[in-house]
Amino acid sequence: MIGRPAGNDAAAKLAPIAPPPIAATSDKLPTAKLKVPAGFNIEVYAAGMANARSLALGDKGTVFVGSRLVDKVYAIVNKDGKREVKVLASGLYRPNGLAFKDGTLYIAELSKVSKIEKVEDNLDNPPKPTVIFDKLPKDEAHGWKFIAIGPDNKLYVPVGQPGNNVLHDDEHGLIQRMNLDGSGAEVIARGVRNTVGFDWHPETKQLYFTDNGRDWMSEDVPEDELNRITKVGEHFGAPFCLQGNIVDPEFGWGKSCSEYTAPVGLLGPHSAALGMRFYTGSLFPKAYKNAAIIARHGSWNRSKKVGGDLMVAKFNKDGTMKSLEPFLTGFLEDNKYIGRPVDVLQMKDGSLLVSDDWNGAVYRITYGKQKVAGKS
Amino acid sequence: MRKTITMLAFALIAASANAETIEQRIAPCLACHGEKGQSETENTPSLGAQQAPYALIQLFMFREKLRVFEPMNEMAKPLTDDDLRLFSDFIAKMPKPVAPGENGDPARMQRGQALVQQHRCDTCHNPDLSGKENVPRIANQREDYLAKTLAEYKDNSRHGYDASMADVMAPISVAQIADLAYYIAHMR
Repeated sequence: MIGRPAGNDAAAKLAPIAPPPIAATSDKLPTAKLKVPAGFNIEVYAAGMANARSLALGDKGTVFVGSRLVDKVYAIVNKDGKREVKVLASGLYRPNGLAFKDGTLYIAELSKVSKIEKVEDNLDNPPKPTVIFDKLPKDEAHGWKFIAIGPDNKLYVPVGQPGNNVLHDDEHGLIQRMNLDGSGAEVIARGVRNTVGFDWHPETKQLYFTDNGRDWMSEDVPEDELNRITKVGEHFGAPFCLQGNIVDPEFGWGKSCSEYTAPVGLLGPHSAALGMRFYTGSLFPKAYKNAAIIARHGSWNRSKKVGGDLMVAKFNKDGTMKSLEPFLTGFLEDNKYIGRPVDVLQMKDGSLLVSDDWNGAVYRITYGKQKVAGKS
Repeated sequence: MRKTITMLAFALIAASANAETIEQRIAPCLACHGEKGQSETENTPSLGAQQAPYALIQLFMFREKLRVFEPMNEMAKPLTDDDLRLFSDFIAKMPKPVAPGENGDPARMQRGQALVQQHRCDTCHNPDLSGKENVPRIANQREDYLAKTLAEYKDNSRHGYDASMADVMAPISVAQIADLAYYIAHMR
């Protein structure tokens, strides 16, 4: 909130946008208004999960769904050819982050990470999560977490900057990794304002992460960033350097952007780029292979909203972003949201799931002749 | 006493779910929150002209125990999604609370107003602090309830729906909360 300009009527109209607390029923979802490129299809995968956020896929096909504004983790279960939503865990505090490996689900709440072993064998009567790591700050601002497990078999856990534009200590504004039992935590990136999505490039195995830029500087800058970690300990600029080429008007004095690692791509001003995954499937056309599909939750800190979509980022040989094009649009209508995408998840068959925390739903995008079986 | 009222109100709300009008169903709520939108009960908020989306979020949070206050958790327990919408829409149409009869102490009013401007409360809550959408009306809310709520946001004992108020309260001192609450309660 810090940094709002005084005495400006247009700025005075802007405030963070909260989603409705109650999930929309399937018939109220905006599916018919959503647009995908020619040849692609979109359908409802599952509904009725209030504030559906991050997605993770189990070995047996269960889709796990986290939340931020409610206390639940959901499981979308396939049973006799029908999909069913179960509440897997409740009473959690901002359980936004999920990761799955070797039968175990990892859940990141605001200030701790826990796990449920053999989760898919116990979906009807899941045990309570057991804590593996709780050495995390308790700040509300940018305190919710995205997590993922890397090709090095380590769990990656970020800590956001505790406010819009603030100087922070060594415990904030970072990405750290740890063993799957919570031991051996090591900070691998600093100067990270708030990342809510990351993935590893399928070939180079480098970690790419989205990072949300600061509010209230102006309508058009800074843009959200797509970053890449090439060595342990890199500093990505926050709060001193924004989008790789602007020193912050407040904290940038005496600093230069050359001191920090620049983003490999820019993702739009205030667009709230969150979940991202590289596409490795063979269902979509070849041009999508190893492209990143990025969910932009959509801006609030801008008079004319941007985002509320999925974008496709394609890359140059050197790993920098070559192009950024719309992939799924239609959530933004007359400058108002009718849905807001949060995370994406590639399924084993190459289809792509998208979560929508405004409506509490998950959609599925396919390519080619639409399958009817199993449609909910 | 409080417990008795709550139990009675709870019984009325639950029993009358299908039979009665919204006016009859909401009457037990208004026994504490005030029949004309203005609460006469200590630490209990006035509900009049509250923003419907905000009221819906709070009722949902009470039902789901995301916001913990036992009497309200009990009251909201039997309510369906449609009930929550019905109650929040009704609350939004009640008359707004009015400023106290006497003018506020000028020095405190000035300090409070300066804090509102400095921390840009008016950006989200509107210049007249009437609120918008998920951001509540706070103008002429009860002073004790405002002070209690701001303190709870500051020490994070009240978890907001999102992180906005925790963020806003971080730079505001405990001492300043008294002036803020006084000004917002007395503003005209």
